Amino acid sequence: MSTYFTKDHEWLKVEGDVATVGITEFAQSQLGDVVFVELPENGKNVDQDDEVAVVESVKAASEVYAPLDGEIVEGNELLVDEPAKVNEDPEGAAWFFKMKLGNAAQLEALMSEADYKAFVETL
Amino acid sequence: MAEAADLLKTPLFDLHVELGAKMVPFAGYDMPVQFPLGVMKEHLFTRESAGLFDVSHMGQAWLVGPDHATTAAALETLVPSNMKELKPGKQRYTVLLNDNGCIIDDLMVSRPLASEDDGRLMLVVNAACKDNDYEIIAAALPENVKLEIVEDRALIAIQGPKAAEVMALHAPEAAEMGFMEARPLEFDGISVIASRSGYTGEDGYEISIPAGAAEAVAKALLADERVESIGLGARDSLRLEAGLCLYGHDIDENTTPVEGNITFCMQKRRKEAGDFPGGERVLKQLAEGTENLRVGLLLEGRAPAREGAEIRVPGTEEIIGRVTSGGYGPTLGAPVAMGYVPSNLAEIGTELELVVRGRALPAKVAEMPFVAQRYYRKPK
Repeated sequence: MSTYFTKDHEWLKVEGDVATVGITEFAQSQLGDVVFVELPENGKNVDQDDEVAVVESVKAASEVYAPLDGEIVEGNELLVDEPAKVNEDPEGAAWFFKMKLGNAAQLEALMSEADYKAFVETL
Repeated sequence: MAEAADLLKTPLFDLHVELGAKMVPFAGYDMPVQFPLGVMKEHLFTRESAGLFDVSHMGQAWLVGPDHATTAAALETLVPSNMKELKPGKQRYTVLLNDNGCIIDDLMVSRPLASEDDGRLMLVVNAACKDNDYEIIAAALPENVKLEIVEDRALIAIQGPKAAEVMALHAPEAAEMGFMEARPLEFDGISVIASRSGYTGEDGYEISIPAGAAEAVAKALLADERVESIGLGARDSLRLEAGLCLYGHDIDENTTPVEGNITFCMQKRRKEAGDFPGGERVLKQLAEGTENLRVGLLLEGRAPAREGAEIRVPGTEEIIGRVTSGGYGPTLGAPVAMGYVPSNLAEIGTELELVVRGRALPAKVAEMPFVAQRYYRKPK
């Protein structure tokens, strides 16, 4: 399993041709207390950078983007009932959705954990 | 967005930074939007204990005339509230109106307690409106009433069910004040002016302090474990749950006090006489009703509807109004909103839809405040 990161502060864990996607610890700390999560529909075909999910804190709504082309295969229903999980365990239990990769070559342009850490430090 | 260097700082700026606040530009000031506790916990802490708010960005000013009747009469030419009848040591909420009877700003007015201060009224106005307000007020005053803008004082608020007991440790006479009363106090030997009021729906005080002593007062209050520093984020969610208007959003230069559903600020004498800017129009609205009204809105689901969200009647496509303030209410544990709808759809319980990201969310017109106000009324 390989883990990748995006400039939009999402992480992806890739197993075979399925990626599990969530937001990073840095993203949750910037958002503050999450009160609502809207998940994409299963079976939806998405392009890289499409807005596919929404995460709302007390302050504001933010979009979660598709990190790659592909098909949404599952949303994490836990977040619908317990949106605060996003603050508690953003890089674990609070994953947002799983997607079947449409173009695995796009993975190459994403960041490694070390690259992402360096990127966050520039912000 | 203004550069940080152009932003004004309140006398508590250094303390906010020291406490780890996230600072943002607001109305030309560098203000704390949240502290390390975060908006949700700050909100809940205020409702169960006490929160300290820096509201020094707001405008403080005095109207100074020869006697109360003269000063009150001068202010009454701009506002639809009784000012002549305001008793010493009392505070009142009112609005500045333009010639259409629409709201230029909302403000608090207090009459000092001491007889030697007769003829003085203290005003607290919104930060973003203050320059314009002062211009309008100054231009309307007669020769013998002056506007004195206060630049050298901070304003802090302590709000919440434990605010009074903490305040009493430093200024025992604060305990004797009832809701909407104002008076000078000695706070640990520092001369301050306090009112028992605020913008959260909770009991508490707003305290005007000489700028140089503001940090000492704030630190004395924060030293108590019952008090935490609270940012503008929670201030907004607290006032929204309390059903209180945010100027420039829920009321503005296109809404009258009748449309804004704040006619409680107008007393009988003024409502009969209509002797204020736009009086004719406002009186007509009082008699015949208005096309639109500000209402509270509760959503069925968990998704918040924020400012600008369209309001529709279920099963139709027409936009009948918009949300003017909306978000998550931490105490209610649900999204809350307010907005304008046609008056025939303003009845409590009316089913509506709020459009969020293209999706129609079911909502109902609801009673405000969403969370019961807990102001302190003195026993008779």
